[in-house]
Amino acid sequence: MIRTLPNSKSYLSGFRLFTLLYFVFLFAPLVVTMVLAFNNSMFPSLPWKGFTLDWFFGEGPEKIGIFYDKMNLRAIATSFKVAISVSILSTIIGTMAAFLFEQEDFKFKGALYFLMIAPLVIPGVILGISILLFSNTAGLFFENTFGIDIKILRPGFWLIVFGQFSFITTIVTIVVSARLRKFDRTLEEAASNLGANRFEVIWFITLQYLKPSIIGGAAIAFLLSFENFNTTTFLISSRPTLPIILYHQVRDGSTPVINAISFILIVSASIIAVANLYYRKKEKK
Amino acid sequence: MSFQGRSGFTLENYGAFLTEPIYWLTFVRTAWYSILVTCIVLIIALPIAFFITKVVNLRIQGALLVLLLVPFWTSELIRVYGWMILLRESGVLNHFLVGLGLFKQPKEMLYNDITMIMGLVYTSMLFMIIPIIGVMESLDDSLIEAAYDLGAKKIAIWREIIIPYSMPGIMSGSIIVFMLVLGSYLTPKLMGGKYSLWFTEQIYNQIIIYFNWNQGAAFGFLLLVLSSLIIWVALKLTKQDFRKVIK
Repeated sequence: MIRTLPNSKSYLSGFRLFTLLYFVFLFAPLVVTMVLAFNNSMFPSLPWKGFTLDWFFGEGPEKIGIFYDKMNLRAIATSFKVAISVSILSTIIGTMAAFLFEQEDFKFKGALYFLMIAPLVIPGVILGISILLFSNTAGLFFENTFGIDIKILRPGFWLIVFGQFSFITTIVTIVVSARLRKFDRTLEEAASNLGANRFEVIWFITLQYLKPSIIGGAAIAFLLSFENFNTTTFLISSRPTLPIILYHQVRDGSTPVINAISFILIVSASIIAVANLYYRKKEKK
Repeated sequence: MSFQGRSGFTLENYGAFLTEPIYWLTFVRTAWYSILVTCIVLIIALPIAFFITKVVNLRIQGALLVLLLVPFWTSELIRVYGWMILLRESGVLNHFLVGLGLFKQPKEMLYNDITMIMGLVYTSMLFMIIPIIGVMESLDDSLIEAAYDLGAKKIAIWREIIIPYSMPGIMSGSIIVFMLVLGSYLTPKLMGGKYSLWFTEQIYNQIIIYFNWNQGAAFGFLLLVLSSLIIWVALKLTKQDFRKVIK
């Protein structure tokens, strides 16, 4: 039944086979996508026509690699800007919120906590339309009553940032809170007794302790923002982010340049994931 | 906003939902398929989580956990795209099957309900496995050993010890998976056929294509009510506390 008990051979091998199949199921689409990025063919499919790097470095006119593809490069740049803004904003606010909910006590704390958690159980599509409708109504109101045009409330860069920020902050807060809960507050008291002021205590003691989870939270925030489609799709203007442009290419069919983009994204995401896990394991020791 | 018509307050937008069968049929289908997907994910996730936490060698346990996580750091879109390359008529799987002589002609395996459900199961799997692993890790091995020594069968151990103990993890996993599936847009759109309309697609169409924002808002509100209702019923049925489940 479990590893400390004697197990029959068929039981173990059955379990192993099931898990193996599961991992094949898990990795098959990713591996195929990555392999076909190097296929020397105009379509992302077999037969294999030889190895090529054209979908990365091809200058055209027939094959345009990702590094020369202006539309996709621009989308990647936009996505980067959005993701960096979102992860900075949500990490700062999320860490503060974690302090608020873990260390302070105040009226309506339960209700506020519930409100903060709510974006986790609301579908992204609904968040997207709510933010669009709200900002549009507010924008119209300001324009009609005061005659001012507030650019932030129009679909575009900042609305995307705020839209993603609204639910990513929740996730950062949860990640940071989990570690803050284990923090021994007598350390803070000791520092205060030794003459540190409140700011110094937080900067040198608490934040040092929280550092792994803050970095982890920022990494998660970056990835979530970079790949978000459901919420972002309602908030874009003329400069779409990468997932939206990729979606249109995937739907209408395109050259293996999408495979090249996928290859880069899969590899970099895996590196971040493994680095994150490795870092956390080292912390534990 | 969903109550707004041409002249002030109206219920017209909700009326359209009831009178047009395509709207409420999609709604019911979406709800039903979401529940189905959640159940399938649960059935696959339980043995995998159990195997990784309790059965497998401790040395490869860490490696398996990392492997489990890695695919989910890449975006949903890329994972769906991978499946499209694999399954479509000119896809990799067809290429091999025809090559082996199993199929005479390539067969379109994309764009139907079964593929769509498989895609949804695939994209939401992790969010079930991780909470269950979290709970199972704290399950004391001696409980299972004791039951085993007393002669309990495997099914009895599962039913009496493992499942009741993992219930909080199962519930939080189910809620997250259910919400993700209900609110997903990419997977049903790209992998489903022309008859596999998802309710989020209706919302998207109303807002982006028809510019009927009031109708879209009404649909969004309905989806929110539906999801909250189903989660509430599920929690009541299993007697779990929302706060404990969410943590």
